[in-house]
Amino acid sequence: MSKVSMTVNGKAVTADADARTLLVQYLREGLRLTGTHVGCDTSQCGACVVHVDGKAVKACTMFAWEAEGKTVLTIEGLAQNGNLHPMQEAFRDNHGLQCGFCTPGMIMTAVDMVKRKGNNLDDKTIREELEGNICRCTGYHNIVKSIAAGAKAMA
Amino acid sequence: MSATGIGAAVRRKEDFRFITGKGQYTDDVSRPGQSYIHFIRSPHAHAKIRSIDASAAKGMPGVLAILTGKELAADKIGNLICGWAITSKDGSPMKMSAHPAIANEKANHVGDAVAVVVAETLGQAKDAAEKVKIDYEVLPAVADPAQAQSAHAPQIHDVAPNNTIYQWHLGDQKAVEAAIKSANHVTRLDIINNRLVPNAIEPRAAIGDYDTGSDSFTLWNTSQNPHVARLVIAAFVGMAPEHKLRVIAPDVGGGFGSKIFIYPEEVVCLWASKKVGRPVKWVADRSEAFVTDAHGRDHVTHAEMAFDAEGKITALRAKTIANLGAYMSTFSSSVPTYLYATLLSGQYGIPNIYCEVDAVYTNTVPVDAYRGAGRPEATYVVERLVEAGAREMNLDPADLRKRNFIKSFPHQTPVIMAYDAGDYHASLKKAQELADVKGFGKRKRDSARNGKLRGMGYSTYIEACGIAPSQAVGSLGAGVGLWESAEVRVNPTGSVEILTGSHSHGQGHETTFAQLVSQRLGIPIENISIVHGDTDKVQFGMGTYGSRSGAVGMTAIVKALDKVEAKAKKVAAFMLEAAEGDIEFKDGKFTVAGTDKSAAWGDVALNAYIAHKFTGAELEPGLKEGAFYDPTNFTFPAGCHICEVEIDQETGNTEIVAWTAVDDFGTVINPMIVEGQVHGGIAQGVGQALYEGTVYDKEGQLVTGSYMDYAMPRADYLPSFKVDTTETKCPSNPLGIKGCGEAGAIAAPAAVMNAITDALGTEHIAMPATPATVWAALQKTQPRQAAE
Repeated sequence: MSKVSMTVNGKAVTADADARTLLVQYLREGLRLTGTHVGCDTSQCGACVVHVDGKAVKACTMFAWEAEGKTVLTIEGLAQNGNLHPMQEAFRDNHGLQCGFCTPGMIMTAVDMVKRKGNNLDDKTIREELEGNICRCTGYHNIVKSIAAGAKAMA
Repeated sequence: MSATGIGAAVRRKEDFRFITGKGQYTDDVSRPGQSYIHFIRSPHAHAKIRSIDASAAKGMPGVLAILTGKELAADKIGNLICGWAITSKDGSPMKMSAHPAIANEKANHVGDAVAVVVAETLGQAKDAAEKVKIDYEVLPAVADPAQAQSAHAPQIHDVAPNNTIYQWHLGDQKAVEAAIKSANHVTRLDIINNRLVPNAIEPRAAIGDYDTGSDSFTLWNTSQNPHVARLVIAAFVGMAPEHKLRVIAPDVGGGFGSKIFIYPEEVVCLWASKKVGRPVKWVADRSEAFVTDAHGRDHVTHAEMAFDAEGKITALRAKTIANLGAYMSTFSSSVPTYLYATLLSGQYGIPNIYCEVDAVYTNTVPVDAYRGAGRPEATYVVERLVEAGAREMNLDPADLRKRNFIKSFPHQTPVIMAYDAGDYHASLKKAQELADVKGFGKRKRDSARNGKLRGMGYSTYIEACGIAPSQAVGSLGAGVGLWESAEVRVNPTGSVEILTGSHSHGQGHETTFAQLVSQRLGIPIENISIVHGDTDKVQFGMGTYGSRSGAVGMTAIVKALDKVEAKAKKVAAFMLEAAEGDIEFKDGKFTVAGTDKSAAWGDVALNAYIAHKFTGAELEPGLKEGAFYDPTNFTFPAGCHICEVEIDQETGNTEIVAWTAVDDFGTVINPMIVEGQVHGGIAQGVGQALYEGTVYDKEGQLVTGSYMDYAMPRADYLPSFKVDTTETKCPSNPLGIKGCGEAGAIAAPAAVMNAITDALGTEHIAMPATPATVWAALQKTQPRQAAE
């Protein structure tokens, strides 16, 4: 068993990981950061989305060793100094979650979406950009509303 | 209405932990010394298990145990059960086969567990599993319910000849036959209600933890009903006496029915934890979930609707084959019978109804309740018949519905259900206005000019939920009662904890239940906690499904609050030195009628516990009351959904361009949450109609075995929804709540397919109406010409 080191949510961390340990397992089991979820095994559901070196990545489709030395941001790292990130607030304000299981991935994808596509996101763009995130509870209507509102608030 | 009371769109209290990644789902729980279990599952749909050779695997790194059905039987662990006894027409009981948690002599579906490996890590368990040699004798398999009863089909369980579980019926066969014979017009449809995989995004999981010191078990489980799990695992499976088994259902990531049932995995985790002396954790892979989570729907139906010369429906007849899969899951028998046939009157005054249902075994995953459970199947039959009938008789589909709407209540249907209150015309009218039905003709012509076919479809659905009056369901074969419980604990400092037998896995009970209490007691919503999901905390409850937590769960809270208010008034009377009958309670204050003498809620609560103002002989200290509420009737949400589609003739692609939903849920506690439930239900119904469908091949192999092949609706497959309500209060509970959780999934499939068949001008198109399916139908029909 070897060790893999990276920066997660601003902190330098080291944990055990063998060759087949996925990044999501490293985060959940190695670091006990259980906010990143596993919802599928074919890289479609997006419940595992985190940011690696500033880009949205599916943590289930990356080995931990691939993230050696990189900077990782998970849902637990979004709120700063006890203040929620505007995208997190937007999800609560617009009922963008029900069971909450897809939510961390949705929020991380949304924050990345805004970085790439700007603060004025229309319905069509948001829905297309959510291709990699599946929700079974909400029917997406309020997720789209939340992301549009969060995008504006991030300006 | 206060900002945090009934009817307010209060933002959810539970959201903070979910949006910050601090939820506690079962896989987030880690027990000290935890080991991991991997299930070895049959790759064959039907096979004798000749031998299991674990010799090469036993000594592998980290392996703690390799166990099979033989050890399970030797330890006298009981079988899983179906808890609803359905009797066939001939009086014989349903043919329930044995369902051991690990298959012993025969595997009966792809995914059936045949052995398990417990190891220090999951990787080690999977590695060792690959070395376990299992010798199967492959048998022929049958997956298609329409073939299961044929003479050529392989016999799956000796107890059920012709793979027939029961042959049940409801209604008046002779009267229906006569009505059909003398009808002015009969519409006939062959309908398949396609099999679905519920696919909650959180996979099922379980942690079994046996404590030697106290000879007791704890189970963490993704359950919608931890007390039912505890009861079944204790009393039927015999794992432990009930008082030695604690079940905790923490945060659960969606259920939709699939997490109601008691599955093999939690039984095995408990058993294995005692055998290896370590906690044992299991989390389903998604492809594992596909072959183990109870599937939904899977009906094959021949249906007929008879009309008179005025377009009044005179009869409905349906013959259904319902696929229950390889074993009878916990509630499976009830879904195609008492949750289905009893809704075949729809919103219409149909005088004669007859329904026959044959339930069959096949070599597929067990089938059980999935959002709507029987009511989507019923609504689909009724609403497709009405739509097709309208077209055949050249009548406007909305007018035909209006002609047949039930207009006076209560209304006794010929199929057990007595509808208590409703106004179907009001929902239809409002929906038509919101959907701008008047402008449809122009929109259709515009679409045609762009080479697209536009169609509009109605679904005027009704359902029975708020499950359920115990005596009623008991008389129909249910093994349990379906009441709900609540305990209201007032703390000395005045804060309140509600211990509810309901369970929230997305429904927002921590908020909605608190809204009820906040309004009733006049206390801030932050001072109220809702406790659920732990059998050590809540004494007993029946859980959340069947859109019951508002109607039944909240009414139990109301009854407990009634008792709390009564006792609090007694305490206030002592404090204010007045007669108990003179005490009024409003907005958190107790006052002596006609005076300005008052006591605040907080003071009364403290006094109840300090007990200085009264003797023990006059009044018991404390302020804590419980109630069990057994509903007196089902509730009957109903409404009108209108779907508008545009079909691309080149590709067969169907785009939903507009969706309007007007539902009557009675009293709405939190409109934001209710709308969310409608959105999610519609999405699942659209999924059924356009995208989803479980495919088995002739050998019983699950072809749609992962998200690669099973099309889950994505955000860009769905439109935004226009959602509104009408209201006729439910007369059978004090809050007037009907419930809303399943309505969208019940209404939607018919609305979509009615819109597509409207656009195409043919009834012969099946769900899911994929582009390939629609394109093929287009090649066969003359699509209505682009007009003008």
